[in-house]
Amino acid sequence: MQTKKQSLAYIISASSVGTLIEWYDFYIFGSLATVLSTKFFPTDNPTAAFLNTLATFAAGFVVRPFGALVFGRLGDLIGRKYTFMVTLMLMGGATFAIGLIPSYATIGAWAPILVLTLRLLQGLALGGEYGGAATYVAEHAPPERRGFFTSWIQTTATLGLVISLAVIMLTRASLSKDAFDDYGWRIPFLVSIVMVLVSLLIRKNMEESPMFEQAKAEGKISKNPLKESFGNKLNLKYVLLALFGATMGQGLVWYTGQFYAQTFLLKICNLDDIQTNTILVIGLLLGTPLFIFFGALSDKIGRKGIMMAGMIIAVFSYRPIFDQMYKTVDVSHKTVVPGSEKMVLSGKTTTVSKEFTDGSSYKNIITEVSTEKTESKITIKINKTDQWALIGYVFCLISFVTMAYGPIAAFLVEMFPTKIRYTSMSLPYHIGNGVFGGLMPAIATFLVSNANAAGTLEKPYLEGLNYPIALISVCVVIGIIYIKSDKKASL
Amino acid sequence: MNLIKRILGIVWIGLGIGAGIYLIYFQAVPLWAKGGNDLVPAIIYTFVLAPLISIGMSLFGYYAFQGEFDKI
Repeated sequence: MQTKKQSLAYIISASSVGTLIEWYDFYIFGSLATVLSTKFFPTDNPTAAFLNTLATFAAGFVVRPFGALVFGRLGDLIGRKYTFMVTLMLMGGATFAIGLIPSYATIGAWAPILVLTLRLLQGLALGGEYGGAATYVAEHAPPERRGFFTSWIQTTATLGLVISLAVIMLTRASLSKDAFDDYGWRIPFLVSIVMVLVSLLIRKNMEESPMFEQAKAEGKISKNPLKESFGNKLNLKYVLLALFGATMGQGLVWYTGQFYAQTFLLKICNLDDIQTNTILVIGLLLGTPLFIFFGALSDKIGRKGIMMAGMIIAVFSYRPIFDQMYKTVDVSHKTVVPGSEKMVLSGKTTTVSKEFTDGSSYKNIITEVSTEKTESKITIKINKTDQWALIGYVFCLISFVTMAYGPIAAFLVEMFPTKIRYTSMSLPYHIGNGVFGGLMPAIATFLVSNANAAGTLEKPYLEGLNYPIALISVCVVIGIIYIKSDKKASL
Repeated sequence: MNLIKRILGIVWIGLGIGAGIYLIYFQAVPLWAKGGNDLVPAIIYTFVLAPLISIGMSLFGYYAFQGEFDKI
């Protein structure tokens, strides 16, 4: 029994570390998007700027389901272990290569083309990785503890984001601003190759999944996993149920809580970026153990109830929580310290700053772009008490994420048979998370800017939440009515 | 319960088709006309979300209406 426990601990560690690194690789691109756009894209060329936006917000996410199909098929044909070794190498290679691409000033249009291509490869790799790791761990875990063991895989996405933010903050702190803008931004990409090599060495010694080996020995491997998964009504209906009854809502809860919270604080509340990232990192770290808690709890009381409860609470709490977050940062109701208001003119730039009696501060840098157009960059810094209040709100959002996301890996692997599990579970997962969830921050920000432009709503800053609230509500109804409540299902 | 599942199947078909029409005609078309950076959400609505929701949801509804989920 002791040997089995050690073996399971090794399996979980080796699988989780690799997945964590893939999430790290995927997120540093997003976290450094602002710097990347100045390095790889000409700001005066609208077509290239469009390519930039597309690459940053959409391409990496939209391509994930295709990665799920390509690598899911491979995983069901040649095995889980080899497939997620390939995805790890692909992700590591693409990330390292992004760190080596010469800037637009050096190689011109090749820079955005190369960065988009490598971003697509990152998305493909991630599309293949998660399903493999979740399936591999689940196929090793005892049925009565499958939720607990797979929940370790579920922590990797959050920890990958935390590590990416930490590495970027550390690199920024170690270098001057000019040095970071010049070459320092490449370091987080280049560092990735070391982590990937270590992970490959660990994974190299892993054995193939026992269930896959057994199916292979008995000649029960699927000859055409794509056809069996999606060309067969008996299985396709489960794929659709997994998508519309679970992963669509779960993906939206995840991206609203983990990513839109960041976008909301940065772009809509105009909170200082270091304060935003600090709030997010602390909130994420405080919430991460709950993935394990809810994964383990799903072994006792079933997966469905916890996931649905997380989604229902999210639907009813999003507007009040985001409203409070906005009001916490909003300085319009605060009292200005007498004499603190300053205006400094410097060339085409005007800086307006003021301080408030509660310790918060406001700075607006207005730049004259042309005779008819000015650009404004507002930055608000808040006091420690308000910062902790925001950490509390982010923690609440993350706790909903852990309820919806903690048990989902065990839930998905239990829906599909061994011979097509990798393919069948990967596609709904990556459509739900990559497409519905991944595009959420961009769509929500767009809805808010439209509402601001219309100027007819009392709280335009909450309009972005309509998208996740509507789709999560549909998902909850489908999940409650159509998904069977089950626990300790056999694979 | 099975009757509710089947009746709701029609709702999901209607919702899928309705969402597709809404996303394309009321969201994407005005954005295509505007151009510029609005092309990004226009492409997302037209080529990603609308087909995914309308085809996927309608197919799910069709299966539900056919009683495919009765024994689940």
